[in-house]
Amino acid sequence: MDLQNVPQEGNKTLGGHRKAVYAKDAGGHIVAVASKGWEVEEIVTSQAVEEMRALAETARQNAINGLSSPLEYWMYARRMDLLLLAQSTGIWRWRIRRHLRPEIFARLSPNLLKRYAEALGLTIQQLQRLP
Amino acid sequence: MTFAHHRHAAHCESGVVSNLISHHGVPISEAMAFGLSAALSFAYLPFIKLSGLPLIAYRQPPKSIIKGLAKVLAAEFRFETFRTPVAGQARLDELLAQGHVVGLQTSVYWLPYFPEDMRFHFNAHNLLVYGKEGNDYLISDPIGEQTVRCDAVSLSRARFAKGVLAPKGLLYTMQKLGVSTITPQAVRKAILKTCRTMRAPIPIIGVRGIRMLANKVAKLDPATRASSLFVGHIIRMQEEIGTGGAGFRFLYAAFLQETAELSGMAVLAGFSERLMVIGDGWREFALATARMVKGRDAMNPTKLADLLHSLSEQEEVFFRDLKMAVT
Repeated sequence: MDLQNVPQEGNKTLGGHRKAVYAKDAGGHIVAVASKGWEVEEIVTSQAVEEMRALAETARQNAINGLSSPLEYWMYARRMDLLLLAQSTGIWRWRIRRHLRPEIFARLSPNLLKRYAEALGLTIQQLQRLP
Repeated sequence: MTFAHHRHAAHCESGVVSNLISHHGVPISEAMAFGLSAALSFAYLPFIKLSGLPLIAYRQPPKSIIKGLAKVLAAEFRFETFRTPVAGQARLDELLAQGHVVGLQTSVYWLPYFPEDMRFHFNAHNLLVYGKEGNDYLISDPIGEQTVRCDAVSLSRARFAKGVLAPKGLLYTMQKLGVSTITPQAVRKAILKTCRTMRAPIPIIGVRGIRMLANKVAKLDPATRASSLFVGHIIRMQEEIGTGGAGFRFLYAAFLQETAELSGMAVLAGFSERLMVIGDGWREFALATARMVKGRDAMNPTKLADLLHSLSEQEEVFFRDLKMAVT
């Protein structure tokens, strides 16, 4: 890649940051330059972000309709999945799956709520509600 | 308080370690750190999942740049992990009070200074802490152009995130540096190691790994959303999370160019040029994929697989020739 081909079209997912890329200058030397971003990267990052937003939104609707607990919403809102939440809390996946049911979630012990809240970076009050 | 050796880098670990060694008095470029530690690689690991998608690594596992470079420069690094965040933070504070610059492995997700859309649960990020003011740590994160601050609670969370490649609070300091000049022998050895990795007789590693990924892509159903997410994920692993594909080729090309100036290594200059061309090929692959993800071109897994096969063949030839040139 030559210096003039370093993408500077901007990438909104970088939030104004610039990243270092290596390219060849006019003298043939490979140097590090700051790039404002490449559309290709914006497309694939947005795709992943959108996917997670969609999961969280579905979970939010389910929680409003009483089909699942707020825990499911917060799991996706924190960009986690069942596996990562299990690893982060040390609670088995089959137990977490039960806790996604609203009637079971409503009866959770303070100790379990605390473990979920800590892993998700929330207070217990926040965890029990939707934003 | 400022940190004089903060330099913007393409990759976190090579950036952190080259800045840290420069801080200890031996100026070394990111490219040199990357090349000398033989960090370039490719691994397709379908059994390790990140959000349900396979881990595709374009470099050696975390810590290998630091360890590889420590070997070449006879440097001593001290690595420590902790059972509890409290112990981890206490030790970090103690080292900072002693005047050390401390390297950390962290999750990306819990670092508040990262752009919102870039915050994924990826645990193998590296950064340097060079001080503490009040409740804020002063951080040299080589992914950023400037140094930043991070509050103690967030940093602790990032250090003790769980999941794949969990950092367990890992911190590291440099104890001493044994060698301050880079010899052609060391460069030769590092290059041969990379050639060996890239042509390893293991189906998921190196050029064979690229081929295996190509075969996997060829079998995707062009109609499903899962296929689109899968190929999008390849590009994200390649260009975003640690700037793997093209970025690492350009970085390695910079290393070859820098070492071509050492005595008897002039032949490497030509290889640097060739690798730049291969890097452009990786960019074309990324562009073709993104256009399909976005729906500008029809999803065509066969075409993407062909591009990957072609890259695999080019790299096979490249690393074979490179090996012959340095032995």
